[in-house]
Amino acid sequence: MTDLFFYIFATLTLGCAFGVVFSRNPVNAAMFLIMTFIGMAAHFVMLEAYFLAVIQILVYAGAVVVLFLFIIMLLDVGEEKKHRVKPLTWVASLVGFALLILGVVSITSSDNIKTASDSLPEAAGASLKNFGYELFTTYQLPMQVTGFLLLIAMIGVIVLSKKVKTD
Amino acid sequence: MTVGLEQYIAVSAALFAIGFFGVLRRKNTLVIYMCLELMLNACNLGLIAFSRFHGGMSGSVFVFFTITVAAAEVAVGLAIIVALFRKRQTVQVPELNALKN
Repeated sequence: MTDLFFYIFATLTLGCAFGVVFSRNPVNAAMFLIMTFIGMAAHFVMLEAYFLAVIQILVYAGAVVVLFLFIIMLLDVGEEKKHRVKPLTWVASLVGFALLILGVVSITSSDNIKTASDSLPEAAGASLKNFGYELFTTYQLPMQVTGFLLLIAMIGVIVLSKKVKTD
Repeated sequence: MTVGLEQYIAVSAALFAIGFFGVLRRKNTLVIYMCLELMLNACNLGLIAFSRFHGGMSGSVFVFFTITVAAAEVAVGLAIIVALFRKRQTVQVPELNALKN
């Protein structure tokens, strides 16, 4: 049953990702992006990372896509004109894809992976309590640095979007 | 065929490749940003899959950080795009060639 759900949501995620890449209208691309994020959240639920699934829906499918849609409508971006894809672009994406496949095959066929069990093991305390404990003990410094990063990003956005004085 | 770590990594890699192709192919800056988000999400899926199948919490915590950084990055990036649009009245990459030659 879980396997069936995995394949359904994998198809949804990848299909909507193709929609993002190939839809000519940016608003449609943003809508496909929401569906991709929801598919990812479903994957997170299947991996029993419930907290991150909620965060994924709230932050990505909510805030980030709304921001994208806001900017698309603010700038009044129209449909993208048809253009020829350069041969070099095809070569670059194919080479990148081949390298990625090579990496995935070499990782999944290595012994480090094989020691993990084939099917989903029992959840070893992957609860929100353990998540918070880990976050505020082992990763406390990165956590605080992230807070500063958000502050700096906020100040940066204010500075960037201030009207430039013309004298 | 049971779903194991390999299947999740395959989905993650496919999503990353799609995002990469989109970044190379599209000319609209906003859609390029969306494709970057796809690539970040692919990394998140890989991290969570590894963390789940090896029974640790570190991967999930890293995903938390990735999401935070991605949100900050989107805010700053879109502000830059708006500033660029104010200056040049376009978001299409081929027309932004001030540094060419």
